[in-house]
Amino acid sequence: MLDIQVVRQQGSFRVDAAFRTQNAGITALFGPSGAGKTSVINMVAGLSRPDKGRIVVEDRVLFDSDRGIEQPPEKRSIGYIFQDGRLFPHLTVRGNLTYGMKLTPHRRRYIGLDQAVDLLDIERLLDRRPAKLSGGEKQRVAIGRALLTSPRLLLMDEPLSSLDEARKEEVLPFIAKLPRAFLIPILYVTHSVNEIQRLADTLVLMKAGKSIAAGDIHEMMNRIECQSIIRSDAVTTDAITDWRTCRDTSIS
Amino acid sequence: MESLSLTALEVESLRLSLWVSGWAVIGSLPAGIAIAWVLARFKFPGKILLDGLVHLPLVLPPVVTGYTLLMLMGKNGHLGSLLQKTIGLSFSFNWKGAALASAVMAFPLLVRAVRLSIEAVDQGLEAAARTLGARPLRVFFSVTLPLIMPGVLAGVILCFARSLSEFGATIMFVSNIPGQTRTLPLALYSLTQVPGGEAGALRLCIISVVLALLALVASELLARHLDRRLKG
Repeated sequence: MLDIQVVRQQGSFRVDAAFRTQNAGITALFGPSGAGKTSVINMVAGLSRPDKGRIVVEDRVLFDSDRGIEQPPEKRSIGYIFQDGRLFPHLTVRGNLTYGMKLTPHRRRYIGLDQAVDLLDIERLLDRRPAKLSGGEKQRVAIGRALLTSPRLLLMDEPLSSLDEARKEEVLPFIAKLPRAFLIPILYVTHSVNEIQRLADTLVLMKAGKSIAAGDIHEMMNRIECQSIIRSDAVTTDAITDWRTCRDTSIS
Repeated sequence: MESLSLTALEVESLRLSLWVSGWAVIGSLPAGIAIAWVLARFKFPGKILLDGLVHLPLVLPPVVTGYTLLMLMGKNGHLGSLLQKTIGLSFSFNWKGAALASAVMAFPLLVRAVRLSIEAVDQGLEAAARTLGARPLRVFFSVTLPLIMPGVLAGVILCFARSLSEFGATIMFVSNIPGQTRTLPLALYSLTQVPGGEAGALRLCIISVVLALLALVASELLARHLDRRLKG
């Protein structure tokens, strides 16, 4: 279960997002660039602090401004796959993969190195350095590195956006496998309709820092009002009324 | 051939120089990295002042730095007498004083090199390490430090070379005592003050040039090597 309510003022930009999901699987944060999607997951990861709010993953309260709770990122058990990979350039692929794994107590691990290497098909890359990897390989290693900390939630910030079409097809199936293979929820930031159709179970629509609607992906896609927003790729939409009706009719 | 071999006094000054410079580097490295870190990462009132203070020895006449050290760290200086009383550490007229003078003079070069490399570190990598379960201290030693290593090594070599060539602050602070504070440049200076010292002065002069050049070449080669390693 994810329960996220965050408010944060960043200069003149205000992030005010609240949503809740019950099931595991992939929850897509969907909206145009600048909608505050990355800001939200940075707060979930603990890399930035909400001015106000509450972040609960399963039964663990990671942040609660009213109760003065704030877990540092290293205590949250949240894996983060960044848009740009962020592999450590001074370590080999193996060193990258095991960096967080070694910091995870044995009893908490649910995946081992061999299993992750198999799953992501990165065996032959193990002794290389990140500088020698292609974009798709980098992202697979980044997924492995985060997964090997045995996280209770995975955050993905447009993990495919820096890849060309062929590389996207190379990484997408691996991401699709994760929720069933490990029963971990994934919070997935994207502005691609194709990706939400292929990956998402739950959809959270964001615009101008606000979460405006949330619900099951099929229901959301079937609602005419929401559809027009999603189809317009949410980038240039000026259909304010559609936004309103979409929000009002979707399940909260 | 005889004119090429060093006299015992010259060998002593060379050995002392290497010793003093080595300790100057070792002593100033932790503080150098810490201050570079603070200057690179934080905004605080008085930052310009701290920055200025660190760089002061670069622009002050070395004699002024030496004299300040003498007043502050000498036997009768506030800090000097305090250190003498509390931990029995004395900087007056011994090699430790020479090392301190060298360290202060070379400090700006060290801080500058390290600071530039810290500023070049992608803080996103540090954030990534945090999400992988590393506490800030571990992040520093396992991610930041390896990434700034080229800058640290360049700073160390520059700092060492600068220490080898330190003259003004040293002679002012700890005088020119054979075996204690008469480092290579001071020995060279002394040789020029006595009749028949020209050959010795020339030998020390050549050694100084060779050492400095070696340091610069080593620093460049090292930087290239590390750069290649990082780029795969």
